[in-house]
Amino acid sequence: MNLDYLFDAAHWEFGTSGSIPQLLLSHLWYVVLALAIGTVIALPIGLYIGHTGRGSFIAINAGNAGRSLPTLGLLMLMVTLLGLGLLPVLIALTVLVIPPILTSAYAGLRSLDQRVVDAARGVGMRPWQVLTRVELPMALPVLMSGFRSAALQVVATATVAAAVGLGGLGRLLIDGLAVNDYSRVLAGAIVVAVLAVLLDLVLAFAQRWIVSPGLRVSR
Amino acid sequence: MITFDDVVKVYPGGGTAVDHVSLELPTGKTTVFVGPSGCGKTTSLRMINRMISPTSGRVLIDGQDVAGQDEALLRRGIGYVIQHAGLFPHRTVLDNVATVPVLLGKTRREARAAALELLERVGLAPEFAKRYPAQLSGGQQQRVGVARALAADPPVMLMDEPFSAVDPVVREQLHREFLRLQQDLGKTIAMVTHDIDEAIKLGDVVVIFRQGGVVAQVGTPQELLADPADEFVAEFVGRDRGLRSLSFDTAAELPVLPVPAELVLDEAGRPVGWRTGADDVRPTGGTFTSADTLRLVADLAILSPVGIAVRVDGDGKADGITPHHDLADYLAARRG
Ligand SMILES: Nc1ncnc2c1ncn2[C@@H]1O[C@H](COP(=O)(O)OP(=O)(O)OP(=O)(O)O)[C@@H](O)[C@H]1O
Ligand SMILES: [Mg+2]
Repeated sequence: MNLDYLFDAAHWEFGTSGSIPQLLLSHLWYVVLALAIGTVIALPIGLYIGHTGRGSFIAINAGNAGRSLPTLGLLMLMVTLLGLGLLPVLIALTVLVIPPILTSAYAGLRSLDQRVVDAARGVGMRPWQVLTRVELPMALPVLMSGFRSAALQVVATATVAAAVGLGGLGRLLIDGLAVNDYSRVLAGAIVVAVLAVLLDLVLAFAQRWIVSPGLRVSR
Repeated sequence: MITFDDVVKVYPGGGTAVDHVSLELPTGKTTVFVGPSGCGKTTSLRMINRMISPTSGRVLIDGQDVAGQDEALLRRGIGYVIQHAGLFPHRTVLDNVATVPVLLGKTRREARAAALELLERVGLAPEFAKRYPAQLSGGQQQRVGVARALAADPPVMLMDEPFSAVDPVVREQLHREFLRLQQDLGKTIAMVTHDIDEAIKLGDVVVIFRQGGVVAQVGTPQELLADPADEFVAEFVGRDRGLRSLSFDTAAELPVLPVPAELVLDEAGRPVGWRTGADDVRPTGGTFTSADTLRLVADLAILSPVGIAVRVDGDGKADGITPHHDLADYLAARRG
């Protein structure tokens, strides 16, 4: 096992199909799509449950159920039902990111100082204004930590796309294993890990940027 | 005027929090709700801005039933100050104060400019504007809370234990500023406290609640101290209510005796102390002017090493003395 594959310049040619940059891009594309769709689904549900306190069992059970679902098994089931393609992969990955986002949105709102929420109503904010101007900005630190953990999971798990014939960094793992090219497998593992670290760094910066400094001050 | 018309609040699963309360809170005056914990003060206050709806009965502001009004619009027209200030931690002090004007459609810029002026009004230097609530002391947060409530210049203010989270020295200071501000602004204020001294000091009208949400007595502070309706009120206003009632009268009419030789003065005529021996001069312990309260005079007479309170004029020059037996005679004559 060695790093030859990773450091071979030929594998970094952007024009070559199956090169590391191309796989990286397609991998990132699955990740971004799954996170976007997952957020669009999970965030409103989590916020609704957190804001109203109605249906909190959904938030709690979704968290537990989601964590215990094997993504690969779900992907195979989806492929059997829907055939090959991007859709089954996206469904499987989206199911993965929904629980952490939903749970953190719910928990973020529930953990707020209710006296502040009460004050927001008391000064005359409508429910929607309470949510968008007070609850959401205050819950952002918790929400972002849920989003970051979803992102880390989906970066690692998006490798399953290769198992059903799609691209992504999983190709390096699966093709490498198929031809006993462990140097290629290692390259795949390293690039996935580096991507995860970089993505988390970017999100950490985004978090610093969107979270009010007033919430960072320690009392 | 705020009117409580036979208001009852029963919480589901709880007991009766407010029991057939009928009250009138006069326009431009401070009405203080006071009573032991759990007697329905907060519940009563929050029925004014519809944070809680009555089980039966009506709450009216200037004759308008609040129940018929749009909740958010009603609340934007009523200043609301709560214990621990309830400031928005993610917003700067300035934006906290600008909250209601922005809700009412002012531009952020206009609202901020007005907010800056308000900060000064409540005694906060402009450099606090950019800070976040977590960077303020409890007393400063409380001032911001008051500024936020005043920002849209509402005619009515609700204050739930606004001064309870600060130490006695800061509270004293906030009390003085509250009285000064209210003298300028003349808002219709409903305030909740569990501190009877605060109620007597700040209230034009005091409403004493007892357990079960029943109003025990309504009156001016003087009336409550002089003439408690029953044992509960007498107990609640405290044993030293006689002494406290002296706070309502000034020493303007109190007769004084000429300054005696034993009172040592400096070259400007200001009192230094009492000569109690050949070379023994003891401090007077303080002085009063004719604008001070009789309570202060009594206090000075008690503290004085010779049992005599010293009066000074506007320049601090000694212009008379009152021995404690003269004070006692004056009070006795006043009662009769
Ligand atoms: N949401 C609620 N549900 C049920 N009971 C409640 C609720 N809020 C208040 N109560 C009860 O109603 C009564 C009056 O409460 P309220 O908060 O008005 O008291 P308070 O006079 O403000 O007391 P404190 O001085 O402790 O603040 C209390 O017995 C309280 O337990
Ligand atoms: Mg209360």
